[in-house]
Amino acid sequence: MSGIIEFRAVAKHYGETEVFRGLDLDIHAGFTTALVGESGSGKSTLLQLINGLQRPDAGTVSIFGHAVPSTNLAPFRRRIGYAVQGTGLFPHMRVFRNIALLGELEGWSGEALESRTDELMTLMALSEQLKHRYPHELSGGQQQRVGICRALFLKPEILLLDEPFSGVDPLTRRDIHERFMTLMAAEPATVVLVTHDMDEATRLAEELIIIQDGKIMRRGKAGQQPDSAYVARLFGRGDK
Amino acid sequence: MRRAVLLSILGLSIASGLAAQTRPVVIGGKNFTESYLLAEMLAQILESRSVTVRRQTGLGGTLVAFQALVSGEIDAYPEYSGTISQAIFQMEGDPNEAELAAALTPLGVELLPALGFNNTYALAVTSETAGQYGLERISDLADYPGLRFGLSHEFRDRSDGWPGLKRSYDLPQDSSGIEHGLAYQALLEGDIDVTDAYSTDGDLLRYDLVVLEDDLEFFPSYLAMPLVRADLDPDIKTALSLLSDTLNDATMRALNAEVIVEEKSFAQVASAFLLAQGLIDSGEIESQGLWPTLGRNTLVHLKLTGIAVLLACLTGLGLALSVYRSPSLSAGVLYTAGLLQTIPSIALLALLIPIAGVGQVPAIIALFLYSLLPIARNAITALVTIDPLLRRVAVALGLTELQQLRHVYLPLALPHVLAGVRIAAVVSIGTATLAAFIGAGGLGEPIVTGLALNDTGLILQGALPAALLALCAELLFEGLERWLVPRHLLSAQIPG
Repeated sequence: MSGIIEFRAVAKHYGETEVFRGLDLDIHAGFTTALVGESGSGKSTLLQLINGLQRPDAGTVSIFGHAVPSTNLAPFRRRIGYAVQGTGLFPHMRVFRNIALLGELEGWSGEALESRTDELMTLMALSEQLKHRYPHELSGGQQQRVGICRALFLKPEILLLDEPFSGVDPLTRRDIHERFMTLMAAEPATVVLVTHDMDEATRLAEELIIIQDGKIMRRGKAGQQPDSAYVARLFGRGDK
Repeated sequence: MRRAVLLSILGLSIASGLAAQTRPVVIGGKNFTESYLLAEMLAQILESRSVTVRRQTGLGGTLVAFQALVSGEIDAYPEYSGTISQAIFQMEGDPNEAELAAALTPLGVELLPALGFNNTYALAVTSETAGQYGLERISDLADYPGLRFGLSHEFRDRSDGWPGLKRSYDLPQDSSGIEHGLAYQALLEGDIDVTDAYSTDGDLLRYDLVVLEDDLEFFPSYLAMPLVRADLDPDIKTALSLLSDTLNDATMRALNAEVIVEEKSFAQVASAFLLAQGLIDSGEIESQGLWPTLGRNTLVHLKLTGIAVLLACLTGLGLALSVYRSPSLSAGVLYTAGLLQTIPSIALLALLIPIAGVGQVPAIIALFLYSLLPIARNAITALVTIDPLLRRVAVALGLTELQQLRHVYLPLALPHVLAGVRIAAVVSIGTATLAAFIGAGGLGEPIVTGLALNDTGLILQGALPAALLALCAELLFEGLERWLVPRHLLSAQIPG
């Protein structure tokens, strides 16, 4: 079965350092897939190959059945949502504009921008009064939820999440996880989640891909028990 | 406010464009009392004959004035034979008028007949000293070896100064050096007995000093004579020639003294003299009040700095946007702009004269070059230091390059960019006062005139409004920043 995202014989170097060689991977439509690995394992690079932030040195990455274009990437990227650790909210824009920027650039009417923003903010349990605040006036958890709203504004078919829930306390995190699952139920998309936290991966994803040193160590359904020291470490139970 | 300033700049440009079409005769002058006075006389003679005249006085030195004449920025200005031969052509000896005229012809410049006085070096003593020793001529000095000579540094160094003088007259005394500005005081207080002076210096009258006759004709002659462009209307040349042979050393000295001692205006002194000579019909002076003059100077000042800073904004920002991705190109641009900044402003203005002439164009070019560094540096720094995460997100969300610039990079860089423009504007307003030395006008004009006359009040008429203007620029940009930049980005970005 071929995937909505396909890696074929992909190689990638950073200078002397090899990240991948001969990587083959299919990611299937309609599921949430977690790429789990320690920092330096190559999981973020994998994610950035999908939306063309990184180019493979060899091999091809195909999305929606076509190779990632090398020019005029903006329209292509608008079909792929992106949320990132540290949120990357634009500090000079209020919450509303951060969320609705892509719609504005697509030429949506003011009314459409307002109603889509309200819809997303309600799903992420963000109160209406936050709309006109600047990002630095929000809590860390609120900022992360705004980041998710922004990524989903244009109803993308694919959503890429690069550790977007790290850096907040466990309770807030659990709350955001729940909100996220509500959102996914309302607006299903193919999600690729990069995380180093196995608990988060098992809670949010249907499929886990464990990466170590640029290689896919294991792939399987969420909920299976750790079967190696590396996986156990990702679960946070391996350290003695 | 911003719009009002832009509109007034526009209006001014149109007005100066119209004025250029009526082609007034431009009378130039250098930045010392006598040159202002002679230029004013030339101007009034023409004005009494219904010729439209523009005054371009206060030019900062011989080369500036002469270059302005050759390039057609001015049509006439008063000069001295010795200056033409020594400073302009570096000729040997003491050439006569025909030789000077021959040298000037290829440059399209003509000599008008000499005005009659000779403003050369002279030796001066107090009237008491002259009476005590019976001094009338320089050769009389040789009989009194005890006389103390305090001479200006330049005069002691020049071959046509003290060394040659001592030899020619066989003077037994030695000399000590003294600042020219202090020499008269020292003379009056009896610290020295003899000093050097310019023969038509009004201070000679003020302090009742006696000028000793150069009986051996040692000093080169500095005969005053108007220089005009050869292509000037013959009727105008004829009118300007009316001043020839109307002034001797004593008259000129007295007129200079009226300005510096009695504090009369150049226009007053000139018109009274011309009226007495029958060269003009009425002594009515179109004296401009303080406020119109101030207003005109301020507008010119705003025009010079406004155009320069606006051009620097466009260029600086354009440069910054085209190089900020490359560290080596960015460094190259900043290095070059920094280098320009190190050229002293007076030197830069002088260097621009052969290329851009005198007047407002070179002034704007110089101010533009000075404004470039703060604007480009701040813009490049701001663009380079934008959080890489925000860049990545802007790209990943699917913003085109133009959209990234417009919605993310430029707004984030704005506080820094505005701070750079603010520095450029304030510095330009200060530096533009120097532009008066090359005839660009503005608030430097009263400063330059005030320096020539040692008139603090006049200096303040330029310095105070310039300081106020700089303050206004500060406030304007502060307002702009508040208006355009969210407060939380502002406080973090403005350097203390």
